Amino acid sequence: MMNKSIAILQKNWPLLQTAFLEHIQISFFSVVIGIIISVPLGILLTRLPRLAKRVMAVMGILQTVPSMVMFGLLLPVTGIGKPTAVIVLTVYSILPILRNTYTGITEVSPGYIEAATGMGMNSLQTLFRVELPLALPVIVTGIRLSSVYIISWATVAAIIGGGGLGDVIYTGLDRYNHTVVLMGAIPASLLAIATSFVIGRLARLAIPRGLRREGNA
Amino acid sequence: MVTFDNVTKSFSGHTVISDLSLEIPRGQFTVLIGPSGCGKTTSLKMINRLIEPSKGSIFVDGQNITKVSPVDLRRQIGYVIQQIGLFPNMTIEQNIEVVPRLLKWPKEKRHQRTRELLEMVGMDPKEYLGRYPSELSGGQQQRIGVLRALAVAPPLILMDEPFGALDPITRESLQDEVKKLQTSLGITVVFVTHDIDEAVKLADRIILMKDGEIVQNAPPETLLAHPANDYVREFIGKKRMKANYDVDLVREIMNPRVVTTTRDKGFAESINLMRKRNVDSLVVLDKEGRLEGVVTVENLRAVAGKQHIAQIGEVEMKSVPTISMNAQAREAFDTLITEKLPFLLVVDSKDRVKGLVSKTSLVKALAGVVWRDDEDDE
Repeated sequence: MMNKSIAILQKNWPLLQTAFLEHIQISFFSVVIGIIISVPLGILLTRLPRLAKRVMAVMGILQTVPSMVMFGLLLPVTGIGKPTAVIVLTVYSILPILRNTYTGITEVSPGYIEAATGMGMNSLQTLFRVELPLALPVIVTGIRLSSVYIISWATVAAIIGGGGLGDVIYTGLDRYNHTVVLMGAIPASLLAIATSFVIGRLARLAIPRGLRREGNA
Repeated sequence: MVTFDNVTKSFSGHTVISDLSLEIPRGQFTVLIGPSGCGKTTSLKMINRLIEPSKGSIFVDGQNITKVSPVDLRRQIGYVIQQIGLFPNMTIEQNIEVVPRLLKWPKEKRHQRTRELLEMVGMDPKEYLGRYPSELSGGQQQRIGVLRALAVAPPLILMDEPFGALDPITRESLQDEVKKLQTSLGITVVFVTHDIDEAVKLADRIILMKDGEIVQNAPPETLLAHPANDYVREFIGKKRMKANYDVDLVREIMNPRVVTTTRDKGFAESINLMRKRNVDSLVVLDKEGRLEGVVTVENLRAVAGKQHIAQIGEVEMKSVPTISMNAQAREAFDTLITEKLPFLLVVDSKDRVKGLVSKTSLVKALAGVVWRDDEDDE
């Protein structure tokens, strides 16, 4: 059994390597695009509190749509392949980051904002020097959460030809081969755990000592 | 320095400040005081345009503040807020340098100024520059908050209950420091508090407000001596009023606990009484309570070894000046000081001894003007 497994692993090693890199690629792009969309959007929403509630509600609903359905809906529009996978995963990555950016900034104590304003910072200076740095731990938590989701959901992307470790898992399922399924599932899980850990470490470096005791990222 | 010209402020129909006109003198420490909701903080925040008046105008240094951009205006006015003013994401150095950076001071000048400020309050720059606010005590944090407001040496500083959250000892020392800085730098301070002790301690001028209007605007001494009405009197507190020796009568400041004796009391008994009450003289009264004289420990010592004395009336007595209990307290203190007397006995219209006035009474009366006198003398 063991020998057989090792043999399968050896045989499929190049395939696994490609799938692993693809998986990282899809997840990475989805999260990065997600950040690029949701951080500025979150900031904007803090300035438009009435719109904020509606946008949050819509994003919440989108989040509940099963990914299979989302892939199905997009297939006729964007076709089979990686772009569709990235688009769908990006949609899913937005909510946690958006929500944390929004709440992170709105929960900055009004005392700090008043101090900043009272000392003569304009609203952009207040945002970049006070609000964003103070909200950073919360925003990073959102990014971390989002990354873990996306890495696990990216396995589903294989259905629409997105590639990644999902390919390996589905191949295993097709062949009723547990070893092959695990060959996809274990690296995907390890990747999620490792990413969470790395982001946590990076956050420690990026967040000033003075903030670390409150919200650990 | 700051002029309010018929300023009115209402929030959604509710008037917070009504037709306020006010002149805040340059180089002085002005305290706005009153119960919460009286409009003191609103008034303060209108000076740096954190709140805009609904009607009327405000002038800083002769200039109508609506003619200056709020951002420029605020950079020229120091601002210290309640408890958490410091940005927790910035070091002490970065916190102090917020306004200098906004004004684009060169790095050299900024750094030099920051070090100078820290040294001014006896905080070692090497030790504190790189620290974060969370690594400092509450008192140290608020000290930095004050320094930050002083960073670009603004001629005017606004303080909004800056010491409210501090323990009494730290608060006292910060009050002293702020007062010292204000006097030595000759800056104008507008300070909001609801604590009358703090106001009396710091202010050159106290503005007492109620329901958006000024009830009394006067130096602390005047406010205490001549409260404009019952509201002021109540706000100041009864004890403080009584402790104001400028207006008090002798009977209000005297110590009624005089250690007395009569001529027919025994010698040993009298000495025992002195020992027990911890005094060096006894006031001898006749049967009606009128003053006969004072026996001091010197008188007693002079006769103690030489002859047998049964009653206190046999000892030589000293005569002591007296003062009427309805005389002005000030008169009693003047006599005490100019005549270099240990004490004055207080008598009523029938010469009966009612109490005494000593230098301790003077100290108490003086202290009571500045601090609340919690001790009840009666």
